[in-house]
Amino acid sequence: MGRNPVTWLGSPTFPDAARRSLGDTQLRGNLRKATTTIRGKRESAVAELDDWEQLRRAGEAVKDDVLANLDTYLERLEAAVSERGGVVHWARDAEEANRIVLDLVRQEDADEVVKVKSMATAEIGLNEALADGGVDAIETDLAEVIVQLGEDRPSHILVPAIHRNRAEIKEIFAQMPDPPDSDDPRALAEAARKYLRRKFLSAKVAISGANFGVADTGSIVVVESEGNGRMCLTLPETLITVMGVEKVLPRWQDLEVFLQLLPRSSTAERMNPYTSIWSGVTPGDGPQKFHLVLLDNGRTSTLADEVGRQALRCIRCSACLNVCPVYERTGGQAYGSVYPGPIGAILAPQLAGDLHDEQAASLPYASSLCGACYEVCPVRINIPEVLTHLRAEVVEAKGKRTPEAMAMSAAAWVFGSRRRYEAAQKAGSLTRLLARGGNLSSLPWPGSKWTDTRDAPVVPKESFRTWWRRNRG
Amino acid sequence: MSGPRVALFPTCLTDTAFPETGKAMVRLLERLGCDVDFPLDQTCCGQMHFNTGYAELARPMARAYADVFDGYDYVVAPSGSCAGMVREIHPTLCPTSPAVERTYELSEFLVDVLGVVDVGAHFPHRVTYHPTCHSLRMLGVGDKPLSLLRAVSGLELVPLPQAEQCCGFGGTFALKNAETSTAMLADKMRCVQDTGAQVVTAGDNSCLMQIGGGLSRLQAGVRPVHLAEILASTQEEPWVATP
Repeated sequence: MGRNPVTWLGSPTFPDAARRSLGDTQLRGNLRKATTTIRGKRESAVAELDDWEQLRRAGEAVKDDVLANLDTYLERLEAAVSERGGVVHWARDAEEANRIVLDLVRQEDADEVVKVKSMATAEIGLNEALADGGVDAIETDLAEVIVQLGEDRPSHILVPAIHRNRAEIKEIFAQMPDPPDSDDPRALAEAARKYLRRKFLSAKVAISGANFGVADTGSIVVVESEGNGRMCLTLPETLITVMGVEKVLPRWQDLEVFLQLLPRSSTAERMNPYTSIWSGVTPGDGPQKFHLVLLDNGRTSTLADEVGRQALRCIRCSACLNVCPVYERTGGQAYGSVYPGPIGAILAPQLAGDLHDEQAASLPYASSLCGACYEVCPVRINIPEVLTHLRAEVVEAKGKRTPEAMAMSAAAWVFGSRRRYEAAQKAGSLTRLLARGGNLSSLPWPGSKWTDTRDAPVVPKESFRTWWRRNRG
Repeated sequence: MSGPRVALFPTCLTDTAFPETGKAMVRLLERLGCDVDFPLDQTCCGQMHFNTGYAELARPMARAYADVFDGYDYVVAPSGSCAGMVREIHPTLCPTSPAVERTYELSEFLVDVLGVVDVGAHFPHRVTYHPTCHSLRMLGVGDKPLSLLRAVSGLELVPLPQAEQCCGFGGTFALKNAETSTAMLADKMRCVQDTGAQVVTAGDNSCLMQIGGGLSRLQAGVRPVHLAEILASTQEEPWVATP
């Protein structure tokens, strides 16, 4: 089994990557504008529904049922898809999924495939695996086109090119056969449209992800905004869908809940422009060969963690990214994974499954635990709870000999007795001797991490308890 | 008159570094008829340990908390964050005493338990209020602190833009991700300064330590003052700036 590509090989730890991103003025400006706008819009879209809280609870309940009975629903889905003429494949990890897809593409003698925007295929590094096998995977979602042609990495789940501006996009599009003549959004979209039309019409094979897979009917659902997905899902002869196993829903009627939760949370729309649903193969209509690859890649091991498993409820709306004060400043690439932001901080390390890895271990700490993510999550994932839970696992993986663990043990020892605590207060108040003009502006490491940018409070000679004892004791 | 028996839980941070807030709590609660006590055996609720990944080290602190505060009618803390730690997290760590459920953040205690909004305070300054994340999202204090501030005579309350954005403190986050924490702080300070307020207040000294520490470094001329100190201030015994 190879390394799980859900986190990018060679990525620096979050604090190091963030330091770089924070200095990128283009990124900061784009993110500030985009997240502020979408935050406001989401709030209005959600406020329109009186039963939003009930919808969230319903979404949570359906997903929890799915996670508790995953085996049953997946077998039901497999049976329903097979009955309707589809072929179901099971992939344990990224390597297996990539091999299955590559073999299927080769069977069709195709050296180019068109792709619907998909987190699952990005997670497993499918495009790179196909390229190694001599197959060009062409992204067709506008933002994914920008990322792909720019040989870049995504920085947002829904808007992967959120870090780019118009001028940069024009530069990137210059390699198209009909490049745009200006950086006017209409000219850029027109250039992309011409480039993509040729691809849609010539492709024999399309590859998609799935937002939902309905077990009862064997129906796969993809929601999108641009119509590129609809082209991929209807024009080619062969369709291959890679779906994370947790995307299964028990019943058709469950879609009622999620088709309300998802668009309002992600794009702040009442309904997304395109919802494509297909069940197996329909003779004479759409792809005549349909393959469904059910992907595990760390999901069942995540499922084994009672606290961490709620991350698998995620429907990839990105509402948590848009409200996150950390994401807003660092952008998505700092997280070193296709899953950035608060959800990425709990999902990527769990899927990667190795908290000994410095980069993965830094992700659960990429949060001030402000809780804004939990507040907006349409399936009520308690992200702060999972973050602290994963931090405890990181601490356990690192062992008791780190300077931090030793300092924490010492602090706990001090707090363990009133006498020690009071002695420490007296010692702490000696730092007032370092103060100048009422400010404490420079402390030795690790206090310097604070005083590099902020003054520290001058600990007074008399603590509250000393005052209490003097006056009330 | 014998009011409720209230134990003060000023938190280790306030006890050690911000004693004026503790004294203000005593003045305020006694003025409102409470029988105030400060159990000297209290130390820390264990939040820093728990939030940094040391739940095992926080567990004995949670146990000690339940013991120390057992028997009081209420426990009141000048901190949404520590009250949240006690009420939301302690029950997940160890068997707790009724004191845990009866632990309140100051504004909750005043409005929900004592049922007062006008506490008879006087504070003639231009003030902006930062709702701290844990008071807002963990405890759900809503606009209780604002209603308390609106009832303070002489106080000019100016709304803080993007008030609900985190100040960037986040406990050890401020050290582990110091740069990102500072970027968040910079925006918070800009919003505070845009209000033209002389005083920025909040229900948590930890967040005020972050915001105030940044403002002080910039010599911004805006002072952090805990909500308790504003509410304790009266015509007769006005708030006095400590150096």
